[in-house]
Amino acid sequence: MKEKNNHKHAKRYGMVIDLDKCTGCGSCMVGCYSENNIPFKTDETNKLDSINWIRVFKITNNKPYPDTEICYLPMPCMQCDGVGKHGHSPCVSVCPAVATDYDLDTGIVSQIYTRCFGCRYCMAACPYHARKFNWWDPVWPADMEKYLSPNVSPRMRGVVEKCSFCFHRYQLARNKAYLEKREELAEDEYQTACAEACPTGAITFGDLNNKSHAVHQLIKSPKAFRLLERLKTNPKVYYLTSKNWVRRAGDNYLAHEEPGKIKNNIKEHH
Amino acid sequence: MNETPLIPAGVKRCSKWQFSLWMAAATAVLLWGVYAMFLIWYKGLNQTNMNDAYGFALWIWADLAIIAIGGGAFFSGFLTYIIGKKELKNIINFAVIIGFICYSCALLILAIDIGQPLRGWFIFWHANVHSMLTEVAFCLSCYFAVLTVEFIPLILENPKLDKKPFLHHLSHNMHGIMAIFAATGVFLSFFHQGSLGGVAGVLYGRPFAFREHIFIWPFTFFLFTWSAAACGPCFTILVTKITEMITRKKLVKDNVIQLFAKISGWMIITYIIAKTIDTIYWAFVTAPGMGFTLMDFYNDSTYNIGLLFAEIVICGFIPGLILITKRGRENSFLLMTAVILAVIGVCLNRWVMVLQVMAVPLFSFNDWYTYMPSWQEVATTILPVAYGIIVISLAYRYLPVFPQEKELNPID
Repeated sequence: MKEKNNHKHAKRYGMVIDLDKCTGCGSCMVGCYSENNIPFKTDETNKLDSINWIRVFKITNNKPYPDTEICYLPMPCMQCDGVGKHGHSPCVSVCPAVATDYDLDTGIVSQIYTRCFGCRYCMAACPYHARKFNWWDPVWPADMEKYLSPNVSPRMRGVVEKCSFCFHRYQLARNKAYLEKREELAEDEYQTACAEACPTGAITFGDLNNKSHAVHQLIKSPKAFRLLERLKTNPKVYYLTSKNWVRRAGDNYLAHEEPGKIKNNIKEHH
Repeated sequence: MNETPLIPAGVKRCSKWQFSLWMAAATAVLLWGVYAMFLIWYKGLNQTNMNDAYGFALWIWADLAIIAIGGGAFFSGFLTYIIGKKELKNIINFAVIIGFICYSCALLILAIDIGQPLRGWFIFWHANVHSMLTEVAFCLSCYFAVLTVEFIPLILENPKLDKKPFLHHLSHNMHGIMAIFAATGVFLSFFHQGSLGGVAGVLYGRPFAFREHIFIWPFTFFLFTWSAAACGPCFTILVTKITEMITRKKLVKDNVIQLFAKISGWMIITYIIAKTIDTIYWAFVTAPGMGFTLMDFYNDSTYNIGLLFAEIVICGFIPGLILITKRGRENSFLLMTAVILAVIGVCLNRWVMVLQVMAVPLFSFNDWYTYMPSWQEVATTILPVAYGIIVISLAYRYLPVFPQEKELNPID
């Protein structure tokens, strides 16, 4: 939030999730757990204290058979640009210890585990429930610790964690590019674990500012929308759907209002 | 007759055994809370029933509520030393003690509430100046220091301590400059009471909490300060009356209580009018802009519209109207009813601004989030009550808290 942007062409990494393609298989969640050393409980029945950086929701149009329709909605951290699109994300702006920050070079909202002291104000601020608290010490079954990723630090009890858009992958790709004396990353050099794990190709990841990246075009689709857009959080995770009821379920509308026809009065500071 | 030279001259206190028994009961409750507190520090916040939907719960409510009802300290200081309402000097000692208890408990609860207590100092060291919580931490700590300074001269008036010439003069000189501390306290209180309101009001991802801003301050910033100044004195009056009931003595003259109640009444009435305007604007402009109707926030069996009615009408307008009328204030039943309702009202406001904010679902495919505190959370929330009883009991027994006590209760 406080840093100056050092690059002429800042990245704005984002994600597009095609809900028409998502089958709800949960591969994205499994990939994420494995990639990011996410701890789990012996009994995961209570989802309200489970840690997951991406969670697949099952939603329905609430109509009786044969008109029943189901949609699976994967929800990672929305990496909000916030009001004014200048990094005033709901969580970043409230964290009292700058334990979460908005990276102006990538648009990714970070979480500094060793800085977080567990006040949970960011969780109260996030409308997407993307932030999870470590209520317990992370414990993995015997020998499983050997399979933890060395690129991602496990988190301690009493701190908040969340999806980082696999930021360590970005760092590795940047290191490689630096050694090869390159400034720019190719689209496939930096991909999140969930995007790679998705068997139907429902998740597309890339730089929203880069015209050559698929996401740049996808977000212009008339099928594109974002969750709780009316709160002016400016998420960088977009969704595609051909179903109006799904789009309606993604935000709140008064009885007379129609999705896609609400005037967007988001303030643009820059 | 004094049992020990520690008891102020000219006043009567209960026997040592009676006092010990009373203190033992309060200490037992305190120890229960202390046990729960250490359990939480040792085992972590998994000892609570909080979850990822209820990151803020009973403790944050308790924090906000005790700071609000402890507002009598800064407001009585403001009225006594800055506005010049000299009658209130007869109750200000007690208001300061209540404030000291409330603020020390608020800091303790914050220390229990954080997931990494040993990193609590990060809020000062790595401070994010944009965060309302940072402002809360700084102002709260500073104001607690001010309250401690305000409490010290009273402690030094204990007969045993007062015999030491240095302490006697220190106390005397501190009294002389108390107006400066009172002014500092008012300044700090305005900001921390306000920033506690801001904690909820800036949450633009939470339509139930979010309010429009004046510069960087959401309306809740002003409403929280206003309500604390309005209802804090009611809590001071309530605790004074409870102390009078327990000690079976009149400790403060009626004119002092009447004046404090009258000012509080006008503050409540003006506050609740402002709160009503804020609610109407939020319900008909702010929330619909986010796609919500007023009833979207009140369509739960627990969180129903009755809460809003209770807060604004029953615990707002009614106590306010009672306290601004002479007949209402002079009737002891109505006076007590009004101060109790006002205290409940401000606590209810803090409850909805913490708990209901968390409970409201933001997606149509989510249900209302429910939460029931664990015994550890309840015990650590009752801990401050026991601690408060102990501090007040010790202060009342050994310090000249009520200047009018001797006159009102002459010993033959």
